[in-house]
Amino acid sequence: MNNQESNTKPKERKRKEKPPVEESLLAMGHRACTGCGEALGAKLVMDVAGPKTYVATATGCLEVFSTPFPESAWRMPWIHSLFENSAAVAAGIEAGLIAQGRDKDVNVIAQGGDGGTADIGIGCLSGMLERGHNVLYVCYDNEAYMNTGVQRSGLTPFDARTTTSPYGKKSWGNKTEKKNLPGIVAAHNIPYVATASVGYPFDLQRKVKKALSIKGPKFIQIHVPCPLGWVYPAHLTVEIAKLAILTGLIPIYEMEYGELTRSRKIGKNRKPVEEYLKLQGRFKHLFSGKPEAEEELEKIRQIAEKNIKKFGLA
Amino acid sequence: MKKFIEGSMAVAEGVKICRPLVVSAYPITPQTHIVEHLSQMVADGDLDAQFINVESEFGAASVVLGAEASGARSFSATTSQGLLLMGEVLFNIAGMRLPVVITVANRSVSAPINIWNDHSDSMVIRDSGWIMLFAENNQEAHDMQIQAYKIAETPEISLPVMINMDGFILTHAYETVDTIGQEEADKFLPPYKPEIYLDVENPITMGPLEEPQWYMETRYRIQEAQMEAKPIIKRVAQEFKEQIGRYFGGLIDTYRIDGAETLLVAMGSAIGTIKDAIDELRDKGEKVGLLKIRCFRPFPNEEIIEVLKDVKNVAVLEKAVSLGASGIVADEIKGALYHTPYRPEISNFFLGLGGRDISKESIIEIYNETITKRQDNIFVDIHPDIVEQIKIR
Ligand SMILES: Cc1ncc(C[n+]2csc(CCOP(=O)(O)OP(=O)(O)O)c2C)c(N)n1
Ligand SMILES: [Mg+2]
Repeated sequence: MNNQESNTKPKERKRKEKPPVEESLLAMGHRACTGCGEALGAKLVMDVAGPKTYVATATGCLEVFSTPFPESAWRMPWIHSLFENSAAVAAGIEAGLIAQGRDKDVNVIAQGGDGGTADIGIGCLSGMLERGHNVLYVCYDNEAYMNTGVQRSGLTPFDARTTTSPYGKKSWGNKTEKKNLPGIVAAHNIPYVATASVGYPFDLQRKVKKALSIKGPKFIQIHVPCPLGWVYPAHLTVEIAKLAILTGLIPIYEMEYGELTRSRKIGKNRKPVEEYLKLQGRFKHLFSGKPEAEEELEKIRQIAEKNIKKFGLA
Repeated sequence: MKKFIEGSMAVAEGVKICRPLVVSAYPITPQTHIVEHLSQMVADGDLDAQFINVESEFGAASVVLGAEASGARSFSATTSQGLLLMGEVLFNIAGMRLPVVITVANRSVSAPINIWNDHSDSMVIRDSGWIMLFAENNQEAHDMQIQAYKIAETPEISLPVMINMDGFILTHAYETVDTIGQEEADKFLPPYKPEIYLDVENPITMGPLEEPQWYMETRYRIQEAQMEAKPIIKRVAQEFKEQIGRYFGGLIDTYRIDGAETLLVAMGSAIGTIKDAIDELRDKGEKVGLLKIRCFRPFPNEEIIEVLKDVKNVAVLEKAVSLGASGIVADEIKGALYHTPYRPEISNFFLGLGGRDISKESIIEIYNETITKRQDNIFVDIHPDIVEQIKIR
């Protein structure tokens, strides 16, 4: 962690001129739920990428809410094939463009949810990274299979309730910690890996811009709260996204060729994990006051502690 | 140009002259030589294509899907387990109307694992929307590549084509093949210029969600395109004959059917052996001929009715079983005849599964049994003592 720049306090920077909403490349009028973090994340990504971008999207909420035939919210060439192959489809597009001499000054983005990326699509993702395609992969991490009704994925956090990791007499919810997907991706030794959050849109957009300026495979995992799946009032999406970062539960950082180069410090602004957890119905069972629930909370505090040490967030 | 080459090389040469821009594949016996040859052609600069080595057949099919959507002519090859692993993507490619061409070196499906030839693999994919052609020999496999692209890319068709050739029996056999020159090929197959493709200058959405009020019409259009492909496939074979001078049939082909009372029906490399058997039987005065099914999807109902309408007996020889049901090709033929007044006796036989040899003698025996009495679902040359030895697990 020698190279680490100190990325000051999470203070908002000065707002720059933004294009009016209706010119966004992910147009208004799509069918996402109110407060959808994934829709917000995708819009932020696309507006940086610009219209000269080819997009391959995995099956999942994002695809379903944005393309109910004969409507489409996408103002760029966009394709959906299957749940687990957006990385390979994007690789094919990139190869096709190169072969046709149409690859100059364009971007190719593959995207999918946490399930489509970390679980079922990890084979295609690994292949795309290993082969060195000039593709940016964006994973929208809402921490479960939302499109099919909130089932657990490999990126569902510890103890979160989902419909397939329920709380019960013999269960505290999801038994595993989040899979270290950025670490797995970084192990491919690709030029750029970043995590980001819709709670920090300027940081997110800076990372997208940086990623797209680099030739080769890039990966950004964006933490995107889901009001429906996480069970919280829709207006809290950005606040919850920020708290995930400020508690240390979701570290945001950048890695280049496998090395951590920068992370977003939380320093004195660090918040106790309870502030994040208690806003969400998926963690409600941890606040019964019973001693066992307290033990579970302690395990989650330890996860935050580990992240803070590992990524130098203090 | 006449060359003494391996079947896989005949395919690779046939693909090369189509100038695919993207080739993506994953190795599996007996397809390997096809992609090795193509890979070498790219390495030598003889084929100017992006060769994408992938992590699985699922990835290969997805890469060619993406490439084709971007407007690039694309190719892949596989077989057996690889074809099944591609399965989900294959349905998707057809549903998205992408004119990809793949060659399948037909092989059995595990379990038990067995690397030898039959048609179990591609038969599983028959309802996917792909046009399915079966080559009889390596010359036809060579010639089919360019015909396949021409059929697939016909704007009103715009469906993928799967070329089936028997694994090992054809892929690994050395034969003299008259290869098509590049100039001839360019005259026959124009560059691929799709009307609709992914383009930043003209953004479109491909692969949207379709709710119940749209889905059926979209699937209807695929069925319609399959039906419209019938005259196109025949026309392309005819054009090929006129320009290149070779013809292996349109949707079907026939052999010595004049005055035939019994017809044997088959697809793929067994055709050669069957022709030999028919010659021998004809020499003895038997009234027997052959119906070769060259195109299995779309299924050539009309052509088959026309050929079978005056015969007494039909024997369908199949290299796949619809386990729990019957012979796939035989059932489709019966279906085709149902609404006609024609009622030949239709016998069906399974043979050559998992690479079991098909001998001329077995074919003659099949013929003799067929003309005696209708035979249903007969596993040819099966050994009762071996059946005894096979335990459930
Ligand atoms: C092969 C396959 N398996 C399962 C599904 C069903 N399915 C569609 S979307 C989805 C979950 C998507 O979850 P995620 O990738 O996290 O995206 P989200 O909807 O949460 O944004 C599942 C399980 C499918 N379409 N294809
Ligand atoms: Mg998800």
